[in-house]
Amino acid sequence: MYKYDSYDQAMVDTRVEGFRDQVRRRLEGHITEDQFKPLRLMNGLYLQLHAYMLRVAIPYGTLSSAQMRMLGDIADKYDRGYGHFTTRQNIQYNWIKLEDAADILADLASVEMHAIQTSGNCIRNTTSDQYAGAAADEVVDPRPYAELIRQWSTFHPEFSFLPRKFKMAVIASDIDRAAMKLHDIGVQIVRNASGEIGAAFYVGGGMGRTPMIAPCINPFVPIDQFITYSEACLRVYNRHGRRDNKYKARIKILVHELGKEEYTRQVEAEFAHLLSQNIEPPLAELERIKAMFADPPFEAGAPDELDRSDPDFALWVDNNCLAHKQPGYIAATISLKPVGGIPGDATGEQIRLMGDLAKQYSFDELRVTHAQNIVLPHVKKADLYTLWQVLDANGLGTANLDLVGDIIACPGLDYCSLANARSIPVAQKISQRLAGQQQEIGELKLKISGCINACGHHHAGHIGILGVDRKGVENYQLLLGGSEAADTSLGTITGPGFDEDGIVDAVEKATQVYLANRSDNERFLDTYRRIGMTPFKEALYG
Amino acid sequence: MKILTGNDLKTGAVTWWDGVQWSLHVEDAVDVGDHADTILARELAARRVNAAYAIDAVKDEQGVRPGHIKERIRALGPTVRPDLTLKPADPAAGDWVI
Amino acid sequence: MAEVQFRFRDDEPVADPGVTVDAFGEQTNAAAVRLEPGDDARDLIPHLGRIQLIEVNFPVFGDGRGYSAARILREAGYQGELRAVGDVLVDQLAYLRRCGFDAFAPEVPLDPADAENAFGRYAEVYQPTTDGRAAIWAKRHG
Repeated sequence: MYKYDSYDQAMVDTRVEGFRDQVRRRLEGHITEDQFKPLRLMNGLYLQLHAYMLRVAIPYGTLSSAQMRMLGDIADKYDRGYGHFTTRQNIQYNWIKLEDAADILADLASVEMHAIQTSGNCIRNTTSDQYAGAAADEVVDPRPYAELIRQWSTFHPEFSFLPRKFKMAVIASDIDRAAMKLHDIGVQIVRNASGEIGAAFYVGGGMGRTPMIAPCINPFVPIDQFITYSEACLRVYNRHGRRDNKYKARIKILVHELGKEEYTRQVEAEFAHLLSQNIEPPLAELERIKAMFADPPFEAGAPDELDRSDPDFALWVDNNCLAHKQPGYIAATISLKPVGGIPGDATGEQIRLMGDLAKQYSFDELRVTHAQNIVLPHVKKADLYTLWQVLDANGLGTANLDLVGDIIACPGLDYCSLANARSIPVAQKISQRLAGQQQEIGELKLKISGCINACGHHHAGHIGILGVDRKGVENYQLLLGGSEAADTSLGTITGPGFDEDGIVDAVEKATQVYLANRSDNERFLDTYRRIGMTPFKEALYG
Repeated sequence: MKILTGNDLKTGAVTWWDGVQWSLHVEDAVDVGDHADTILARELAARRVNAAYAIDAVKDEQGVRPGHIKERIRALGPTVRPDLTLKPADPAAGDWVI
Repeated sequence: MAEVQFRFRDDEPVADPGVTVDAFGEQTNAAAVRLEPGDDARDLIPHLGRIQLIEVNFPVFGDGRGYSAARILREAGYQGELRAVGDVLVDQLAYLRRCGFDAFAPEVPLDPADAENAFGRYAEVYQPTTDGRAAIWAKRHG
């Protein structure tokens, strides 16, 4: 894992005092709310429905045990005993007081964490593959490149007042587990035919009200020009992205309006110029970072067999664990989606427990996934049963990864001031309704957003649900056929929306159409792609 | 009726204008008639409230009921965590929101 | 025209107000020009030798095009005064300075103590820009 040196530490320590001073100036009336709002947002502090909300950055979703424990402590000390893991691999707290915010940042800084640029019109926290460093299919560990981006983008003086927010994701395998093409910039680290490492740039993807899949604008940027290329992409956007209309201000609109070819031409021209400006960190810096992501000391010859005699355990292994690149090890996902629970929520106690388990069983490391779950990336198979027993005893043993109960849901109208409808109650009812059938249904990614900003990734769900406000009443649209994996696609709306109970029935009907039509080992998505929308529409509206 | 709501600047708590000060309870909210802009300007300038605005509401037998579901959720708390609402002891409190 | 409140140069300030980019193209003797967010800073590059002052206007602080304009001008070798004018706030100062601004004329004067803190707060920086400060990576591998 990355460890701060004195420069990194000074940066976050200074930030604490900088933010404390900004809060003081607001409370004393030196700055207005209009002036303060972008400052607090650039520190992840929103004013939501019930209180301030603080979003804490978890760079590329990687945490140490001590960091995780601190997140649990903050939930208990400053919030109401819980936190919410988000689709951007961050955590947010719902009940924060403005007067406590700087103290929380100080506590975070003590474990090399921060809330810098977790909101605002700037480069946000960079996300990555939750199995980075563990997955058998990766070209390299993508996180050192994400860390390079983190440092480059932190307080970037030119790109702190962009037309709109800017999200980047970095992966390094062909299987996309980070929805890379649905980001403002998605980077895939690749190896070319000569064995050299480079970066493929996908620019202009996103969800929100105008979902778009990012086109590849350059399939191979040499790795020693990677930051310079990013800077060129951003500069073209900062200068020419639309600022007249908030809803057309994301880079996807610029790329769409200019056309991929023209946007690429401008980026390449800017890139050619910026190459003369010596803004690229030397490869020695990348090597310094990479050394901190070296493999943990795996035990050679650790037994590769699992005792599957406990059927509940075997089910959990089959659902929640992924093959590891190291024989004798496995990557285990802790589902934060208990039947009828609130997706992504965990209590302070559970958060600390997961931290402790990481220390004991996973070389001190955890990951947050964009599906709002937690991964222990390096568990010795010999320890897995013991680990599962502890998880199960603490409400963390749900076996439903990528099943219909593993729902992504934004906070919705229960918490969020932008929402039009509640997301969580819908997730809870669907999870309860289909709990008994989810194993039979198999992989089915269900994603719920409470407004068109799409924090719940509804466009990319095999089944997506979008909450809207219809004359003051919550109404839910159903979408089918989205995917955020390597076969990225956007879902299609089935037709008229449903009320809260109606949408639960509609999801159940859609699963019945699938079960009646599936052949062989087809997933829901495959069947939908094969048979099309018509049979689903007939079942829903016929 | 027109009522005023906002958040406490320091704590972020949802507050309602009761004619004298800002209350945590929507049932204390008073009809401000045509005076919304004057009161809001004065209270925001004095930093006694943050991000405040006027909304429509009605008075019924249960008290003051904001016209929009969003404001009713603000008045009560998250419907999915009854324990964290202003009425944790009332399991049916969430029904008022819908 | 707002007063220059902070200036990090020793030469005499140009007294003339900046002319618009369009007018500048026609007035071969103008030494000061004012850049609006929609103007292309690169249009000035052929004339940098005769410009002593470029005012970059920030009509609203959230419009960040002026940061790119500043860096483009400095990257092109512009040595004259680069002045941020308009909705210039305390918490923008450090970013502006790092992009190459060396004079500041905020529409509403800033608290001098707050401004001093803002200019000096971060001792080290992650990116090399046009203010000449070495990036942290350069110090790590110096």
